[in-house]
Amino acid sequence: MYRYILNRLLLAVPTLIGAAALVFALMRLIPGDICVVRLGGGGGMVDPKAVAACHAQLGLDRSLFLQFVDFIVGFAGGNFGISMWSGKPVIVEIGSRIAISLEIAILSTVVAVAIAIPLGTLSALRQNSWLDHFVRTVAIAGIATPSFWLGIMSILLVLEVSQLTTGAPWMPPIDYVPLWEDPLRNLSIVILPALTIGYRYSAVTMRMTRSAMLEVLREDYIRTARAKGLLEQLIVNRHALKNAMLPVVTLIGIEFAFLIGGLVVTEQVFNLNGIGRLFVQAVQNQDYTLTQALVMLTVTIFIFTNLVVDVLYAWLDPRIRFG
Amino acid sequence: MTAITTEPPVIRRPWYGSALRFARRQPLGTFGLIIVVVTAIAGLSAEWIAPYNPTANDFAAMTEPPSAAHWLGTDQFGRDLLSRIIYGARTALIIGFVSAFVGGFAGLVLGVGSAYFGGWIDLVLQRVMDILMAFPLIIMALAVVAIFGTGVQNVIAAITIPLIPRCARVVRASAMAIREVPYIDAARTSGFSHPRIILRHMVPNVVAPFLIMLTAFVGQAILAEASLSYLGLGVQEPVPAWGLMLQGGAEEYASTAPWIAVFPGLAIALTVFGFSLFGDALRDAIDPKLRER
Repeated sequence: MYRYILNRLLLAVPTLIGAAALVFALMRLIPGDICVVRLGGGGGMVDPKAVAACHAQLGLDRSLFLQFVDFIVGFAGGNFGISMWSGKPVIVEIGSRIAISLEIAILSTVVAVAIAIPLGTLSALRQNSWLDHFVRTVAIAGIATPSFWLGIMSILLVLEVSQLTTGAPWMPPIDYVPLWEDPLRNLSIVILPALTIGYRYSAVTMRMTRSAMLEVLREDYIRTARAKGLLEQLIVNRHALKNAMLPVVTLIGIEFAFLIGGLVVTEQVFNLNGIGRLFVQAVQNQDYTLTQALVMLTVTIFIFTNLVVDVLYAWLDPRIRFG
Repeated sequence: MTAITTEPPVIRRPWYGSALRFARRQPLGTFGLIIVVVTAIAGLSAEWIAPYNPTANDFAAMTEPPSAAHWLGTDQFGRDLLSRIIYGARTALIIGFVSAFVGGFAGLVLGVGSAYFGGWIDLVLQRVMDILMAFPLIIMALAVVAIFGTGVQNVIAAITIPLIPRCARVVRASAMAIREVPYIDAARTSGFSHPRIILRHMVPNVVAPFLIMLTAFVGQAILAEASLSYLGLGVQEPVPAWGLMLQGGAEEYASTAPWIAVFPGLAIALTVFGFSLFGDALRDAIDPKLRER
């Protein structure tokens, strides 16, 4: 087991360096100059001396190789540097935005699990019944519907319903307040995005639960349990569901990792200042340090979630551990 | 004297027989296929069936609700929404199919090649796939658009890149299983070239999971294109594209002219729904483990 984990950790190193090289190269291929944008502001003429001083201050006058080595060494030591655009430490920029993205990711996971596991299980237990067809159709519709459109529609619905019931249209507030400061206001901000994302997420999880349950229900040990005369509820809860949950847990882990940086469009629709929007702003401002740090953060989360899920999988399933 | 040989008659099922069997066993999949076919017909024959020019502004008919003249209403520039949705089907299908096929075929070649050669080639290719899988799509899209500019071909490039590793992973897993079978060894010892073994003997064996994935990819590519266009990183005005139709005006006029936001979104959802239903049915029909016993 330890050997397996060590092997996977070693394999993560070239992936991280490769991702670092890719984002480093992509950012420098984008035409434009952050110093010109910063100094030019309104679009007037920019003094070349000021641009050169800005380059020297940001370390952009050094060779690309040295800049890359600096980036890698900084990342390895946990030092992401200073945002080239705002001048604040990158860690502060990310820290101020991550709370809302994390909260939406956690809440959507709760929504997804609460819907997907009972419905996916029921759908498998009654394969090809009307309930199964209904659940599958709802799941496929969830995957097919663009989440940003669902977001627009949910805002529209809330507007119309509030107009009809109270006489005044209501819109969710924009400025984020932490949960512990004002729970009601916080929930009114995050609930619609969480439901919108949670629906798509539950659709993917529901399909996985259904197919995993279908496979497990055909295993010999389920037949044996039935032959022993065990209660159906016991067979489903203790024998089938526990085993079927392995791939479902994997999927939930991977989807969660994706959500941390993948909410760009949803944040745009609901006007939220999370990590997704920070990504877009960082690239548009040509903020090399911030973009590089954000990419490395999402790639690291992705790699380590995969690793944790795989290790968990091997730990839970003896066939994989000793196979 | 001539020898008389009696061979058992070969029973060939007519193509429509197989289609009918599929329709009977997979009603949802058939429904999905019908949606796909209708969308394809709309996209292909947009010039003949669209009632108006999709880019023509009519300032006398701005934000008009659905009526006999404009079945789905008009947008904030007075453009007919039905015509834009019909033409948008063409944009969506071109981007969807090209991205899915290019990404799928690149993934197929890399996946089978990786499994066939093994060793360090496999190790290096898998690490490259890891990087592409973990790399955020939005950064890739933003960079592609910033470097090369917006346009259909650049949107296709941005969507295709993340599809390659996902296809390569699945295909590699299937190809690994057949790498060690005796007929591959026999082909090697007969001195066949690597491309011949890969293309003639390995690829046909991974076609089933590949085709299923391809149908799913078309739907995903249409969704990705809509998201990128919505963010302003995809197709640009005045090209009729569903995601683009939801940008700007759709949100601005959501409460006063909701049809501007409702219909393009429905078009995206319905088309991707069709591809997903068809892909699922194809998987159920091909994968023996998922067939009902």
